[in-house]
Amino acid sequence: MKKSWPPLIPFVAITLALEWMVRSGAVPSYLVPAPSAVLRALLDSRDELAAAMAKTSAAALVGFALSTITGVAIAVLLSSSRGIQRAFYPYAVFFQTVPIIAIAPLLVIWFGYGMKTVIASAFIVSIFPVIANTLTGLLSTDPALRDLFRLYGASATVTLVKLRFPAALPQILTGLRVASGLAVIGAIVGEFIGGQGLGSVVDVARTQQRVDKVFAAVLLASLLGLALFGLINLISALTLRRWHASEQGS
Amino acid sequence: MDLRIEAGEFLAVLGPSGCGKSTLLRMIARLSVTDGGRIVTEPEQFQTAFVFQDAHLLPWRTTLDNAALPLELMGLGRDERYAKARAALAQVGLAEAEVRYPAQLSGGMRMRVSLARALVTEPRLLLMDEPFAALDEITRFNLEVQLRDLWQRRGMTVIFVTHSISEAAFLANRAVVMTRRKGGIKLDRRMDLPVERTNDLRSDPRLGHEMKVLMGAMEEE
Repeated sequence: MKKSWPPLIPFVAITLALEWMVRSGAVPSYLVPAPSAVLRALLDSRDELAAAMAKTSAAALVGFALSTITGVAIAVLLSSSRGIQRAFYPYAVFFQTVPIIAIAPLLVIWFGYGMKTVIASAFIVSIFPVIANTLTGLLSTDPALRDLFRLYGASATVTLVKLRFPAALPQILTGLRVASGLAVIGAIVGEFIGGQGLGSVVDVARTQQRVDKVFAAVLLASLLGLALFGLINLISALTLRRWHASEQGS
Repeated sequence: MDLRIEAGEFLAVLGPSGCGKSTLLRMIARLSVTDGGRIVTEPEQFQTAFVFQDAHLLPWRTTLDNAALPLELMGLGRDERYAKARAALAQVGLAEAEVRYPAQLSGGMRMRVSLARALVTEPRLLLMDEPFAALDEITRFNLEVQLRDLWQRRGMTVIFVTHSISEAAFLANRAVVMTRRKGGIKLDRRMDLPVERTNDLRSDPRLGHEMKVLMGAMEEE
């Protein structure tokens, strides 16, 4: 509990300041809504927002899960030989530099409107940090330990499962932490074009000049990102607490 | 370089940094290939163990699982490898620490786990690459006595690379000083010291004499 209250102080302070600024007329309410108006929008449209939140959560989660599985698999493949790594890694980097907003329309052409496009968008945006971090982790295995495994005749598969993969776990989890936030962003962008969930709510509310509702949807999207981030932190704490410096010393 | 090592010997290898001490050890372990020369062992195949400069334990495994690792990689069954790992841990005085993780152990204890991991396969040849270099002196002194004792009871061959002249003189039956130029041997000497080595020997003038001889050879390099 002690750890969770310091971040609440700026939140409360900013919320109160914003409320006061909007009410006093210093900031026009058609640009920034008062926090109370956002809360009202949340309550008024709760059924619509809850349904949208459910869709966005499902798409972000599935996209995130796909990029975790595929990303780790690709990194294992890339780490298996220097040749493969040289040949394919540049494409992984290139893939990351393609702006998702530019290819989202293509996704609609390929997957149609709806869930598939949104999942694809979340997946594309979040896979690269998984690949990059997992690869770094797999390639930085302690050389002495690799020698040790060789000395006792361990095969490449055994070395991967018993040494390289567990040793890479802290880096893999770092990659997943970054990817979790990106998956939510990817899902929202996908929804702008694929037409569902919180992204669609934002898009429609924007055309109706409903800034309060835009903020309400954005708030929910952020909460979704935070929840995913928290989930990864929980997994990280449970798996690493016994042995890794990042989860000790408190 | 031409060096013949007898079975059951405790050989210390000294030499300036970069002279190839560690490379020699790795080549004997078949972890590096030789360029030109040959390493012949009799018999050709036997169990070798390697102890590194730092403990290099798997941090996600308990002491027991770390000590049992070589047997696990060699495909032994669970009960058998745990029984042997427990015996090896008892030999280095770590029987009570078997459920602890490396992060919960001191540097000296970690090195003892590393030693237990090497001994668990009952190796005929134990290769050690400056294993105690990172430890404080008291811990190091005690580990040296313990290692010497283990060697005597086990009857294995030990090749021990070190930077420390006192360590080489205290531990070994025979010490080799390598030349700076790769592969040469400057001095090859049998230690004229008693078989039993306790911490009392550390202030013995005979040890001082051996150290002086080794230091003389090191300084010329």
